[in-house]
Amino acid sequence: MSKNLVVRFAGEGGQGVVGGAELMAQAAAQGGYHVLTFSTFPSQIKGGPAWGQARISSEPILTPGDYLDVLVCQNQYAYDTNLPDLREGGLVVYNSEEFEIADNSRAIGIAADRMAREAGNPLASTIIMIGAVAQAAGVSVSALEAFIEKRWTRGRASDAAIIQGNINALRMGVEEAKKAGLALEDLEAAPSHDIPRVMIRGFEASALGAMAGGVESFIGYPISPATTMLVYMEQNLTGADKFVGQASSEIEAIASLVGAGFSGRKVMTSTAGPGLSLMGEGLGLAWMAEIPLVIVDVQRGGPATGLPTKTEQSDFIMAMNPGHGDMSVPVIAPGTTEEAFWASIAALNWAERYQGPVILLSEAAIAERAQDIPMPDLSKVKVESRTVSGGAMQNRRYAGDGVSPFPVPGGPGAYVANGSEHDEQGDTTHLPDIHVTMTNRRFRKLEVLNDGTFEAEGTGADIVVLPWGGSKGSARAAWEQLQAEGVKVGWYYTMFLNPLPPTLLAELKTKKKVLVPELNYMGQLAGHLRSLGVNAEAITQYTGLPFKVSDLKAEISRRVQGQ
Amino acid sequence: MSKRNPLYDFKWCPGCGDFGVKVAIEQALAQRTAERGDSIEKTVIVAGIGCSGNLVHLQEGPQPFGIHGIHGRTLPVAYGIKSGRPDLNVLVVSGDGDFLSIGAEHIGPQARRNLDVTVVVMDNGIYGLTKGQASPTTNVDVVTSTTRYGKLDEKMNPYLFFLGAGVGYLNSQMSSRVKDLAAAIKAAMDYPGFSIVHVQSPCTTYNDTYALLKGDEKQGIEPLAFPIPDSHDPGDLIAAVNLVRTNRIPIGQIYRREGESVPGHERLARAKVNAGVGQASVEELLTGMLITA
Repeated sequence: MSKNLVVRFAGEGGQGVVGGAELMAQAAAQGGYHVLTFSTFPSQIKGGPAWGQARISSEPILTPGDYLDVLVCQNQYAYDTNLPDLREGGLVVYNSEEFEIADNSRAIGIAADRMAREAGNPLASTIIMIGAVAQAAGVSVSALEAFIEKRWTRGRASDAAIIQGNINALRMGVEEAKKAGLALEDLEAAPSHDIPRVMIRGFEASALGAMAGGVESFIGYPISPATTMLVYMEQNLTGADKFVGQASSEIEAIASLVGAGFSGRKVMTSTAGPGLSLMGEGLGLAWMAEIPLVIVDVQRGGPATGLPTKTEQSDFIMAMNPGHGDMSVPVIAPGTTEEAFWASIAALNWAERYQGPVILLSEAAIAERAQDIPMPDLSKVKVESRTVSGGAMQNRRYAGDGVSPFPVPGGPGAYVANGSEHDEQGDTTHLPDIHVTMTNRRFRKLEVLNDGTFEAEGTGADIVVLPWGGSKGSARAAWEQLQAEGVKVGWYYTMFLNPLPPTLLAELKTKKKVLVPELNYMGQLAGHLRSLGVNAEAITQYTGLPFKVSDLKAEISRRVQGQ
Repeated sequence: MSKRNPLYDFKWCPGCGDFGVKVAIEQALAQRTAERGDSIEKTVIVAGIGCSGNLVHLQEGPQPFGIHGIHGRTLPVAYGIKSGRPDLNVLVVSGDGDFLSIGAEHIGPQARRNLDVTVVVMDNGIYGLTKGQASPTTNVDVVTSTTRYGKLDEKMNPYLFFLGAGVGYLNSQMSSRVKDLAAAIKAAMDYPGFSIVHVQSPCTTYNDTYALLKGDEKQGIEPLAFPIPDSHDPGDLIAAVNLVRTNRIPIGQIYRREGESVPGHERLARAKVNAGVGQASVEELLTGMLITA
């Protein structure tokens, strides 16, 4: 019996390869398995090489899997480019109308398009493929049928016919695999669960966290891979007092967030690197005028247009210093789907508490994954709101050397929120001592954000691993394997990247070496840590894809042994 | 600031047209608050960067809220305020550089949304604060520090630009006629939708156009500005275009779109009612994602 099944559907955009992986994952999750998906596709509506991967497991999982048990491919190119990721003994299921694999000892050719047309359901070819995979991997076909029934019960007259058509298609695939007589080890039975679980995508977790955190206005501009969150908000943040708007540019989006935050609302946007670049000046205004707002940066490959649909972690430096002048923007980077939910709440709370902009660093691989997670415990949600001025300070909005009460338009304390250097009431001034006082004030406010939590294990080791963001999953899996092998290496992790939890920073400074796996060329977090006095060393990758656990394990091991 | 603030270290030049605009805005706001029994704190003045933007610090008397942001972005800031807080009265103050050059991209979107704000543009035909560079409304052939051979690009006609962008309410005034200007700003604030009061507000240091606007018989200068004749129908877009397409400056109500003006926030509120949407709670949304196995 096998604990894991990793399936990749590869072909062209528009052929349902991403949808195929998601359908398989959805069905397995409904059957009780743990699942996690990853997809990658080009920046075009149809065509171009794309693939979707689903990992199905009887145990909790951290990554979508390094190597494939089954590769489903729609064309020769998909086969050629994805074959290196097929594990030894793995199976190929392929579209035999497109190409032939001469050695059919580990390959099942299916004329899925023709069969689907003949069955009167031309859209069912992906489901035929899924049927073959299920049969070959010992996944319960009846559970899949139950899922199909549920998925296509939509209260329409055509439901029954569509469900029957899809079940027929699934059975055709099963028969094809039986005919080929090829099979993998059976998958272990699904575990039972005593806590409620949800099947959720990363961007949904971020959006729902934001809603739990009390977001009131969401203004964004479409950009891959952040559009999904804007669309989710448009669909779901619909109360009479809520506002969701599509801006005409990221420049308009950030300036309107400043206006909305100034007016007393809890505000957020989602964007990607190019959008964050355009928001630099507006972020400076929010920092200078002390306006709470949150920007979700779903990182993709950069610079410029870069790799719009691929994953990367190369915006950390920009997130901390998004504009000119002295500023240090707080940054929170969730590393898992569950953390994505809580990070949105933390980001809104931080913005409200210190009265300024906060950047939530997500990334394509987190935003787009679908995963089963325990239902977030909403009783643990703590929502903070800025301290509102009751008028005691009159118009002295910027008085004092730290966070001060926030006057809300319509109420007392009229002042000018000013992006130029200003005095206590917000009037422009160029006096040297006031610039010093106000700059100190803005940096001192960050001290209220020292409550970030962190993970620490094996802290006796003098070499430790500290991944960030979406590299957490692969790094954790690699670290656990190294622990099992007795390699002496410690584990640290936090999603609170700026400011770092002070205790974490102090501990890191005592380490001989801190290894930072990150998906960029420069080693951005490692560089920042060095500037803070930590002997950090990056492990980098910049392929547009996440780390493989095996690669990371080998590299950590090499660096530990090379000490 | 209600009293002189010794820390505030900005001054307009003597004779600057913006003084008249400042007084007119004070009068218009006083009249509005008196009429509605509203507090002045329900008004926000959104200022851009340039000489015009400093108006927000120079307001005397009862103090509205203000936001003095970044160059060119007055309209997006106003959009953010008004979209979530339609109860606030939002007045934008900007100049020809801030509004018509770096900020021009924002006019069309807000006009089409019918954002319920009033914009007062102080047009002096020059970049004053940076000491005399050509702006979109600087005349062609004029030599400035950045137009050594005379300005090569044509002067922008802001009125035609606004009408083309879909602005539904357009009034034109001069800063020297404070009473008329105050009445025009007050009326524009009462209009439910996007309104622009475009003000000729001369720069006495770099582009003194007082004589050109008003004319000077002794020097034989015909006035550029002329009152819009009573026969003009502001509801007629073609008539409005004809009125503004010369180089002369019509003073008065150029255009007011016919029919009901539904401001952007009201469109959204109505759409939500029509669609019958409410707010699902986070718990309900998560429950919809529950794995039932």
